[in-house]
Amino acid sequence: MNRLTKVAGAVMMAMATGASLSAQAADVVKVGFLTTLSGPASAPGVDEREGFMLAMKMLGNKLGGVPAEVIVVDDQFSPDAAKQGADRLIKREKVDILSGFVYSNILLAVAPAAFASKTVVVSANAGPAQLAGAGCNPYFFSASYQNDAAHEAAGKLMADKGYQRVAIIAPNYPAGKDASAGFKRFLKKDPALELFPKLGQLDFATEIAQLRAANIDALYFFLPGGMGVNFVKQYAAAGMDTKIVRVMPAYDADQQMLSNGDLIAGVANTGQWSADLPNEQNRAFVAAYVKEYGHQPSMFASQAYDAAMLIDSAVKAIGGKVENREALIAAIKAANFKSVRGGFKFAANHFPIQNQYARVVTKGADGKYVNNMTQTLLPDHVDAYVGQCRMP
Amino acid sequence: MGNLIFEQVLNSLQFGVMLFLIASGLTLIFGVMNFVNLAHGSFFMIGAYVAAVVAGASGSFWLGLLVALPVTAALGFLLEWLVFRRLYKKDHMVHVLATFAFILIFNDGVRMIWGPQPLPLNMPPAFAGPVNLFGLPYSSYRLLVMAVGVVVAVALYFLINRTRIGMWVRAGANNLEMVTAMGINIRLLFRLVFSFGLLLAALAGIMLGPLVAVQAGMGDDVLILAFVVVVIGGIGSVPGAAIGALIVGVVDTLGRSLLPQLFALFLSADAAASVGPALGSMMIYLVMIAVLFWRPSGLFPART
Repeated sequence: MNRLTKVAGAVMMAMATGASLSAQAADVVKVGFLTTLSGPASAPGVDEREGFMLAMKMLGNKLGGVPAEVIVVDDQFSPDAAKQGADRLIKREKVDILSGFVYSNILLAVAPAAFASKTVVVSANAGPAQLAGAGCNPYFFSASYQNDAAHEAAGKLMADKGYQRVAIIAPNYPAGKDASAGFKRFLKKDPALELFPKLGQLDFATEIAQLRAANIDALYFFLPGGMGVNFVKQYAAAGMDTKIVRVMPAYDADQQMLSNGDLIAGVANTGQWSADLPNEQNRAFVAAYVKEYGHQPSMFASQAYDAAMLIDSAVKAIGGKVENREALIAAIKAANFKSVRGGFKFAANHFPIQNQYARVVTKGADGKYVNNMTQTLLPDHVDAYVGQCRMP
Repeated sequence: MGNLIFEQVLNSLQFGVMLFLIASGLTLIFGVMNFVNLAHGSFFMIGAYVAAVVAGASGSFWLGLLVALPVTAALGFLLEWLVFRRLYKKDHMVHVLATFAFILIFNDGVRMIWGPQPLPLNMPPAFAGPVNLFGLPYSSYRLLVMAVGVVVAVALYFLINRTRIGMWVRAGANNLEMVTAMGINIRLLFRLVFSFGLLLAALAGIMLGPLVAVQAGMGDDVLILAFVVVVIGGIGSVPGAAIGALIVGVVDTLGRSLLPQLFALFLSADAAASVGPALGSMMIYLVMIAVLFWRPSGLFPART
């Protein structure tokens, strides 16, 4: 009898441990961070990495309390290199989550392989229309914005001010077309001039001559990374009329762009975040970022920081069982975390519903240029594609 | 409209003269040594890097320029002596393979030394602003770039047509055996032409550095354009390179600026916005195909 109880107890114990073993959380959560870290287009990628790594540091290198491993890979601004990098992360490293991504063409090149392998993608920047509308996917989440959002806000800003002759310049690639479409959707008229230089083009002599000849009141320029920095310098060097109002997306108007100083003073920019947004977690983020890196955070950094915090909240909610992808996806969808932009919730297509603000580049008390928030252009803005999304 | 055309013509010229600096060296080296140097664009990059490093440390663009030119030429001299002179007798395919290897070595080399981020190289402060050109404000730095290109082109013309070395070079391009038989030190001539060609590429890299970005691989796109110029102008011909460079400069600038507007006249706005820029950036290759079709050896073939 006594013996029997012992045996039964042992069996039950074994079963219990066995059961608990199978239900135990993964011992490590693996995140592949694929972003652009080389070439003149790489400044946003570097900012993303800094934002994500700052969050990891503040979380004690854990996601949802589970030790985390973040593998950073440079996509070299090339869809081919990105595909190889993603392949390695998915097949060899067997990452649970892919994050990073600055450029939409890179994300679109990588996404099919990630979805096929049930790897959850949390974009810290790129948010192409292709993934927001009919091509939306349960494995994709945007911790940033739908590509059109900042452009729509810029169109709204210009429509509100009633500028007559407006021009737009954007690179000839998917996000550049999204920019033009989004801008015009809220401008509600045709621009006097639309220019689509090659992505990565650095010399804008031809485009500047056309802008000069078009006799415009206002210019919207979406030229990511080094393109925009070069454009602003050459625009000034070419002696363009300073009365032309210039507006740009906010994510390009931080850090690198502000180093242009006087050349960028007074430029309005639109987006979902600003360093002076008054909420607790934003103040904490900005302070920690400045302490860690010695410079102001950019919008890319804020998005990547939010991406890490979002993943952290989801892994925590499911007790670290990231193998259960359905649960992980549902937990990310819940977005139960404190975003640096204040409230954060997902629309049906896994893109955020959020305010779009206007900011303006102003000289701070210390002589350095900063962005100050001026107004809310589009409150609780939902992207234009959500209606086409039929999430399976 | 008049101002727009004037400004675009200036832009075309500025682009064209820079292409000429790169293509003239490439075509000289091919013409005299019958050597295909794909690594030519790498020296465009190395010149810009050395200038950016020196300018960054000293704060003077001009010092960067003065140091970078001899350094790049010396590196070219060294490489010719160490590697390239062993390849002259070999097949063109061997040239292509060996010099392509150097592109990879140089690109990864600068990445290792200076990192993947571009180096800053700013316009000299005196040329940072615009100047007034018959009522048109125009970047004074672009004018400077144009002036440097034109001066070098004229100097090159005199060097090749009016000096003894130039005569050797012309003779070498025409009939190498005869030049050797006349007792010219052909090895030294080769080495000089080689380093001089690379010096021109470096000069273009330094002048364009502030307008583009000093980064690994910056010479690769330029190399392709330089080959287009050389093919259009006629391989081995310096005047051909000059004409070819101007054609490419004008066609590229006007193609990119006028084609989208042209298409907007008879296509929908969306279609024009995608077809125009795509065809605009293709224009120079279409011109090259046309030249190859009607004049297979270029507009000014060096060897007849």
